[in-house]
Amino acid sequence: MSSHYEAPIREPLVLGEKSYHDITVDIAKPIEGKANKNWYIAFTISLIAFLWGIGCISYTIGTGIGVWGLNKNIGWAWDITNFVWWVGIGHAGTLISAVLLLFRQRWRMAINRSAEAMTIFAVFQAGLFPLIHMGRPWDGYWVMPIPNQFGSLWVNFNSPLLWDVFAISTYLSVSLVFWWTGLLPDFAMLRDRAVKPFQKKIYALLSFGWSGRAKDWQRFEEVSLVLAGLATPLVLSVHTIVSMDFATSINPGWHSTIFPPYFVAGAIFSGFAMVQTLLGIMRKVTNLENYITRLHVEYMNFVIMLTGGIVAVAYASEFFIAWYTGSPYENFTYMSVGAATGAYGWAFWSLILFNILIPQLLWVRKFRRSFIVSFLISIAINIGMWFERFDIIAIVLSKGHLPSTWSRFEPTFVDIGIFIGTIGFFGVLFLLYARTFPVIAQAEVKSILKVSGENYKKLRDGNHE
Amino acid sequence: MSNKVIHALYNDDDILMDAVKKVKDKHIHIEDVFTPFPVHGLDKAMGLAPTRLAITAFLYGLTGLGFAIWMTNYMMIENWPQDIGGKPNFSWFLNMPAFVPIMFELTVFFAAHLMVITFYMRSRIWPFKDAENPDVRTTDDHFLMEIPIHNNEDELTSLLHETGAVEINVIDKN
Repeated sequence: MSSHYEAPIREPLVLGEKSYHDITVDIAKPIEGKANKNWYIAFTISLIAFLWGIGCISYTIGTGIGVWGLNKNIGWAWDITNFVWWVGIGHAGTLISAVLLLFRQRWRMAINRSAEAMTIFAVFQAGLFPLIHMGRPWDGYWVMPIPNQFGSLWVNFNSPLLWDVFAISTYLSVSLVFWWTGLLPDFAMLRDRAVKPFQKKIYALLSFGWSGRAKDWQRFEEVSLVLAGLATPLVLSVHTIVSMDFATSINPGWHSTIFPPYFVAGAIFSGFAMVQTLLGIMRKVTNLENYITRLHVEYMNFVIMLTGGIVAVAYASEFFIAWYTGSPYENFTYMSVGAATGAYGWAFWSLILFNILIPQLLWVRKFRRSFIVSFLISIAINIGMWFERFDIIAIVLSKGHLPSTWSRFEPTFVDIGIFIGTIGFFGVLFLLYARTFPVIAQAEVKSILKVSGENYKKLRDGNHE
Repeated sequence: MSNKVIHALYNDDDILMDAVKKVKDKHIHIEDVFTPFPVHGLDKAMGLAPTRLAITAFLYGLTGLGFAIWMTNYMMIENWPQDIGGKPNFSWFLNMPAFVPIMFELTVFFAAHLMVITFYMRSRIWPFKDAENPDVRTTDDHFLMEIPIHNNEDELTSLLHETGAVEINVIDKN
């Protein structure tokens, strides 16, 4: 027992009188049972949104980018806003599974699987936008460094847009492999429990024949650790490079050296908000309240407070610098008096409200331990972080160096439709995942049950209280 | 020669660890242990050699870095130099700062993917591979120790009972 010691002051991570077998049963239940009405309602709504998005994408590709609200000056708007928003959301998954693994945070184990699923599905959505924005997506392979029919004209390795291609594809593929390797033992558990031959076949295929030998586990743990070590700088590099799409340009408001750390913090901020939103619903729907507890919500809120604080300081510094330079151009950046009082003032104030003011409620312990308050705040942050990217892109581009070129961006129904479509696509993927995948890394949770399980903690700490 | 093995099932990881230590003390060879989750210290108790996958990852990472250097040099400097924003196109080294992101990403890409592929190959796991755990309970809440029998069936059975095994089966493995 001594090797399972954990300070009594720490709250248990697994509630209830759970045995190893109970964990198996609890986590297999949503997969083995039938979907309820709520699932079908959510799935139908997501599917309709997705199909609407496909319609809008087809219309865009068939007719041209002109169907969007873009104009000569605002060549990036909702598409790149959505791209950055989705990539940012993805960051929380890797942070939870990689960074928290390196820090030996046990609470990650209940949420890492779903957070990583969210990462992968979010990066899918993100990848769609640059592809559609190309206008000719069938030429999308031109971003790859391959010899082509124009002679050996290569891609431009000096360009941050190309760095993005490498960063996002490395990130997506490494996250996918990390996620799948972690899934193998859990698929094996489902395979060995399955009674229907078809289910058994599917899970046998998905589990790659995982047998759980001592040597396999030794390698598994080493691979997880090294992948976490690789994914940690990787995830930081991805949003750093996304920020360089802006920071290496010469637009006032974009040409800013604090963009990389500021974008990374913002990405984690929005990603954790999305995890909070998704898990807030999932723990209810899948009856996993004993695994995703109040404590998990509070810990996630701590990360939100930290990264939200970094983002708030970054806004303040951008605002101060814009004013302090005394340059008239800087007065039209997204963080300036000009933005706060200009045509896009509503977008500016939405950003301040949703991203800075509302998250401050989390300083109150009662709020950050409340499921419903955390859920509502997380939705506010999701909206706020979307506005951040919209502000950075649209406000900056709407006021160029030449006042006669000033313009305004109005989204068309196609812009809106594609964005809604990606939310639907994301919902479809996540709902299918929740019905067919083990949504909690059960093998890992079993390995901490004796350390952090409520009944084991009580047994061990009984004589101290 | 008989190919008999004994399968001892345990229902607790601490009991299993003690059992592994006791069996090892008697200098009896443990063929394999199947567990539903990683039991810390089990590999050491069984006397398994440490894995060298992390070393391979390092070497794969170096390969990726080397590939990125070769690729950027070949494409941007040698094969088709272009003046892009006035960046020096005659020297890889002077243009190198712009290639750092590519070098980093390819290092990670190679290290991560090739390490995982090596892991799958070494542990013999891939799609359509059949599972080899002898008892389906070993992915749920049971731990299985497999020991080959060399004319010592009774002796082993009583030893394993002593260590707290909940079930002992003798299997003819062919």
